Amino acid sequence: MRQTLIIIITLLTPILARGELSVFACEPEWAALTQQLGGDRVSVFSATTAMQDPHHVEARPSLIARLGRADLAVCTGAELEVGWLPLLLRRSANAKVQMHQPGYFEAAMQVERLGIPTSLDRADGDVHAAGNPHVHLDPRRLLSIAAALSQRLSELDPAGRAEYAGRLQQFQDHWHARITQWESEAAPLKSLRIVVQHEDWLYFNEWLQLDQVATIEPKPGVPPSAADQKRLLQTLSAQPPELIILAAYQDDKAARWLADKLDIPVVTLPFTVGGDGHSNTLTALFDRSLVLLLQAQGD
Amino acid sequence: MMILTRARVLALATTFVSTSALAQTGYVSGNEFNPAISLILDGRYTEYHDDLELPGFQMGPESELPAKGFSLGHSELTLSANVDDQFYGSASLVIADHDGSTEVELEEAYLETLGLGHGATLKFGRFLSSIGYLNSQHEHAWSFYDAPLIYTALFGKTLYDDGVQARWLAPADFFLEVGAEWTRGASFPGGENDGNDGKALFIKLGNDLGQTASWQLGASGYSTRFNERSGEGHSHGHEEEEEHASELVMEDGDVDIIGVDAVFKWAPGGQPRRQQLVLQAEYFQRKETALSHFSEEDNYFEADYDGKQSGYYLQAVYRFHPQWSSSLRYDAITPDNEFSELDANGIDMEEFLEETELGSDETITRQSAMLEYTPSEFSRIRLQYNHRDWGEDRDDLWVIQYTMSLGSHGAHSY
Repeated sequence: MRQTLIIIITLLTPILARGELSVFACEPEWAALTQQLGGDRVSVFSATTAMQDPHHVEARPSLIARLGRADLAVCTGAELEVGWLPLLLRRSANAKVQMHQPGYFEAAMQVERLGIPTSLDRADGDVHAAGNPHVHLDPRRLLSIAAALSQRLSELDPAGRAEYAGRLQQFQDHWHARITQWESEAAPLKSLRIVVQHEDWLYFNEWLQLDQVATIEPKPGVPPSAADQKRLLQTLSAQPPELIILAAYQDDKAARWLADKLDIPVVTLPFTVGGDGHSNTLTALFDRSLVLLLQAQGD
Repeated sequence: MMILTRARVLALATTFVSTSALAQTGYVSGNEFNPAISLILDGRYTEYHDDLELPGFQMGPESELPAKGFSLGHSELTLSANVDDQFYGSASLVIADHDGSTEVELEEAYLETLGLGHGATLKFGRFLSSIGYLNSQHEHAWSFYDAPLIYTALFGKTLYDDGVQARWLAPADFFLEVGAEWTRGASFPGGENDGNDGKALFIKLGNDLGQTASWQLGASGYSTRFNERSGEGHSHGHEEEEEHASELVMEDGDVDIIGVDAVFKWAPGGQPRRQQLVLQAEYFQRKETALSHFSEEDNYFEADYDGKQSGYYLQAVYRFHPQWSSSLRYDAITPDNEFSELDANGIDMEEFLEETELGSDETITRQSAMLEYTPSEFSRIRLQYNHRDWGEDRDDLWVIQYTMSLGSHGAHSY
């Protein structure tokens, strides 16, 4: 009898496991954060990897299926996923994760955003009306996002309220300590003159007070032409920057060319969780980014 | 100075207002309360010799080639928004020239539920049918300026109609969707009928293959009826003076279409915008029966029509640079129709088949090559070449096309 019961329970485990909150994260950083805040109470799927440009993802059938089964979608928002997420939401036939439902969470909307354009014109490239969406690279903003996300997890899964609160506290304690440490480590980076590929380091720069002097893209989302590159080289030649920063998912051709001409290093940062072999957690992401930057600066 | 200051104050005010409005709602849904508006502007310069002829097929609407030289294609205005928390609505107006006059067509005007639960979605109004792969895509999303021959031959261009669609997404980690449509069945190849005889079924299955590749397979069927379907009696290849006012009317028709489709996409590093290969193929077969009535002045010919037509296309689209792609397409369609004479006056079977060209069993093939430049996601300039063969006939077509998208940033379907 007891054996039968054990067998039944064993068989039921995968079904009971469905009791977990199923989370569809648009980007790896939100997958990592949700996992950290939810622990065993959540099962997280990341729609993209660090090697993919989150602006340009296809609304693939597999993503429709995954979103269709989710209890919560955690995305950046601020129009970052405008080219694919709205379609996934409609095709998913999932009432729980539609915009304005508790099962839909936009991280960028929980914090103050930078780079909100005062005029909207496509002649300015791929601009986002709600401001620059790449908020995850400021660990201070991540704290606010974590608090809001934890609150949301509790709303959706009230039985886990205590656990979510505990995990949030743990995260906050850990994170406050790390921020202090990162800031002191990064002190030599202050006012470092950098060039970036795309405007996705805005929050990172603001946090560490890096001095971004140019972007390789002439306009957001527009790849540089040969003429654009020559023009940029000319502008920068007078007072060359100290290094060029790339995200792991970005094409390095233009950056390498420019770095070669200016004789400065290119440093490819992970940008998000999974962006290189070392950056498997949010903590590691910032650890690693600072190590790489300090290394490049020292070279 | 005064103006500058005021502009700055205004700019600051705007920033403040938009930030606070967003901070309050916490969401951005494209356009606060107005629907998202998207306008597609499309024009081309076309060079060819002969009009499109598809012997063995009764030609549907919109199957003609664009006017020679400069012409506008589909100018398409789409408005869409969530109606409330239950419904999403979208309407697409197409403004196009047909036979020298500018016409406005309502291509789509539908409402769709936003999650009835259990994976079910209901769509109603006028919409592009979900049969096949290409059919539900808007023209500006196609990889070529024109539809595959099998679409032109079977549907005129694409199948859209008034009715309802119900579909269900299976609760699985891979994509499995089944759906059914019930429509008027009045658009080509159907026609006005006594009931709402348009019925469609479709199933789609898809998944990823690792992080770089994905696929989708589909099968679909469509059936409808028509009381009357008319078309010009074709009298091509004849001298001017031999052309008569002739008319071909199909009556009491039954139409059955089945099709399969397959798509495979591969993007190195999962970065489709940088580099991507898309392989796509569809096959359709149509069987139809009707009473055909052909008349030319006082003469006529009546026969039982038992039509069978099939065709496919294969295409490969390769994006080799974020701003450049090229594609190749091969089209083939084959008619196989039978007529059995019922009644005649002054026209015999031979003349009937010659005039209507419905007796042809010759395969029509077409090869297309395309190169396109997309400075941004919103603009595209395309050069396309078509070579069409039918028996001894052949024709070449060149087209330079621009397609520009203004307004809201619409998401493209897979």
